[in-house]
Amino acid sequence: MTRAMITIVALALLAAACGGSDDGSTGIEGSTLVIYSGRSEDLIGPLVDQFAEETGVDVQIRYAGSAELAATLLEEGSGSPADVFFAQDPASLGAIALAGMLSTLPTGTLSTVPEAFSDRDGHWVGTSGRARVVVYDTTRVTPDEIPATEDGFVDQEWKGRLGVAPTNGSFLAFVAAKILLDGEAATLAWLQGIAANDAPTYPKNSAIVAAVDEGQVDTGLVNHYYLFRRTAELGDLLAENHFFGVATAGSMVMPAGAGILESAANPGAALAFIEFLLSTAAQEYFASETFEYPLVPGVEPFPGLPALASIPTPDLDLSELATVLDLATDLVAEAGLL
Amino acid sequence: MTVGAPIDARSELNEPTAPASMRAPSRRAPWWLWVAGGAILVPVGVPLVALFVRVVGASSEAWSILFSLRTVELVVRSALLVVLVTASALAIGVGAAWLLVRTDLRFKVAWGVLVALPLVIPSYVIALSYLAASGPRGLIADATGIPLPVVSGLPGAWLALTLSTYPYAFLIATAALRRFDPALEEAAAGLGASRARVFRTVTLPQLRPAMGAAALLVGLYTLSDFGAVSLMRFDAFTRVIYAQYSGRLDRTPAAVLSVVLILIALTLILAEERSRGRAAYFSRRATRPLVPMHLERTGAAAGYVFIAILVIVGVVLPVGVLVAWLLRGLAANQTVSVQWEAIAGSLLGSALAAFVAMAAAVPAMILAVRYRSTASRWLERSVYITFSLPHITVALAVVFFSVRYLGPLYQSLTLLVIVYAAIFLAQATGATRAALLQVNPSVEDASRSLGKGAFTTLRRVTLPLIWKGVAVGGALVFLTTMKELPVTLILRPTGFETLAVRVWSAADELFYARASASALVLLLVSAVPMYVLVIRNREFVT
Repeated sequence: MTRAMITIVALALLAAACGGSDDGSTGIEGSTLVIYSGRSEDLIGPLVDQFAEETGVDVQIRYAGSAELAATLLEEGSGSPADVFFAQDPASLGAIALAGMLSTLPTGTLSTVPEAFSDRDGHWVGTSGRARVVVYDTTRVTPDEIPATEDGFVDQEWKGRLGVAPTNGSFLAFVAAKILLDGEAATLAWLQGIAANDAPTYPKNSAIVAAVDEGQVDTGLVNHYYLFRRTAELGDLLAENHFFGVATAGSMVMPAGAGILESAANPGAALAFIEFLLSTAAQEYFASETFEYPLVPGVEPFPGLPALASIPTPDLDLSELATVLDLATDLVAEAGLL
Repeated sequence: MTVGAPIDARSELNEPTAPASMRAPSRRAPWWLWVAGGAILVPVGVPLVALFVRVVGASSEAWSILFSLRTVELVVRSALLVVLVTASALAIGVGAAWLLVRTDLRFKVAWGVLVALPLVIPSYVIALSYLAASGPRGLIADATGIPLPVVSGLPGAWLALTLSTYPYAFLIATAALRRFDPALEEAAAGLGASRARVFRTVTLPQLRPAMGAAALLVGLYTLSDFGAVSLMRFDAFTRVIYAQYSGRLDRTPAAVLSVVLILIALTLILAEERSRGRAAYFSRRATRPLVPMHLERTGAAAGYVFIAILVIVGVVLPVGVLVAWLLRGLAANQTVSVQWEAIAGSLLGSALAAFVAMAAAVPAMILAVRYRSTASRWLERSVYITFSLPHITVALAVVFFSVRYLGPLYQSLTLLVIVYAAIFLAQATGATRAALLQVNPSVEDASRSLGKGAFTTLRRVTLPLIWKGVAVGGALVFLTTMKELPVTLILRPTGFETLAVRVWSAADELFYARASASALVLLLVSAVPMYVLVIRNREFVT
């Protein structure tokens, strides 16, 4: 019995080792495209299926967190099997661009979306936008009580009332943006103020939105669309989003985006996929299904969201975010939020 | 002998000056045992070597992260959590095992499956369900109108991790109790000891190797957990390590921090080794089947209440929250589908991992138990150290290594299974070690003195005696692989799906209904192998 079992295991392992090789054809139809997606299958799976169906490309997609995939790509280096890196946030994309692992996209592709939402060096393009907002408990906080910018949350009256996610990629990208806009000293002072105010810390945005909706904390710094996702699942909520009225790091619209690996085996299909993400159909999908901001002009966001142009956005080169990401983490740690 | 039972009063097994008659004829392990045992060092050692290489090249700036007051504070907090969770998980697990093995409570098989089931619920799902159920506007408050304080912080992390880990103690203690020679207890009782005294002075000490193995698994699991502690908002050491991965291009600080984790793990491992002492745990005589102890009315009632509370807290509440989410999502027109691919992927990956881990654990533990040497001891320690590392650290180390040196094996099922087996090997070696310690080596010596070689002796004598314990180890590996996430995400073949991935992917983007459906399927799919592998295993049936 034991021997039979060993044989079965050995055969299964052998079969597993033999599978998974692909052919190297160059035409896009029937070719294989390897995508590393930091965006969840539940969000973009249908879109990817549609691309595969329309183009006949054999899409091999690997879903994981954006930060994990960025770390994986950095470990893989030029040996990476990936053609496209599709990430949640500019920091993950910037990390790979900084490592020299992304090729330059054609100007025609880059110019599809406003300049503010892409890498100024052309290594990646924004595909949808996620606004940084304050989520608040409508039973305890009114919008006019919320400070004009994130800086007001260091006041005593917000002690223990602002949830933050200091280990989360989008919070760290926001801190990086704040360093670029307000300087290192001011950012550290703000983080220290938040820490001194005993801000409860959460692992991610979704946990903050849940905590606010369930009455565990009054407000939180998050991305806008989690509230809409939760509403779609659980019906009407007691939480609401507040957009800052002035341009600040806390009012940034952080794009999710995509770039093509320098080492891509199938750059043709990779570009076709990115252009597909910028098509009207895909942009409408982002608006209605993931509740993100479409970035291509002319496509309307989800009803109830303020227009993209009406959100005061600071002038910031997103490609610089990654250059201060390590510093952002250092400051968050120095302030005692890690 | 520490057990205080008169039958087996000498302590020869680990005693360097033991009489020659009790030793193996040759203290040198056969070469093939070293080859087989050493083979596991490759997957177990790769993450450790990769970390070492990165740390050696670290700048002094990277090292400075170690010497901050905050790091010290987090180490202390993690250590506190480890101590609390280990104590509660052991008490609960051993108590439940004793009730379900040694007494005449009814419906033991059903209770056994239910009591072991929290092992397969990912700890972050347990944490999420308690967060959703408690609190001023949680599900319980909604249903009853009674606002509850939210379960979080240290109590929350303690609760979630105790529920995630007590099944280790339960399953390992169950197996050990089954191998137990009742003559020891009978002798003590015959000499006039009360039942409580018998339990304290005979039963409990006999369970020491099993409890040691379980304590290490519980403690090291707690140390490496990130999902539950971060959701419960308890600042533990792993949180800082994960923050380095999401917030830093430079991966050296994460490696440096992982070294601290290794040092804590090593402390726990050495402490457990020291506490093992020199006791022997085998009986010289053939063992007889156990006769279940009759519990009087009060005792039986207390037993049922204890088991029922455990099942409510560990299974009914989390499952209730999942069902509530599923129903609310479906009512809001969310779509849910059965993920056959994910079910197949979970079963295949976990089954292969269990077989590989069992095959690796036997030679490694024979080396560690029967041929003790510095090398074999470090072999065993390295297995535990790798178990204590955050999975993302292991996964990235394997990426670095395999992209460069393993070519087509990178992102293959083969490599994924080997890494699964490597990170969970400690579960198989722990159970195997406990089983081996309960085998009297003189049985093996007898085989050899009758002219059988070491390999024949292993195959014909040792393996049949320890097989059930090894299978329990395999079952543990199977069930924990079912819920593994970070290694799966990074190292799986592209397109390879598991239920744990489905749960994470949906839960991360607040697709509650889908996440709940996948988590419920994960529980159902795991319950069947749990029943077959663990409960139906002869080990568990008198």
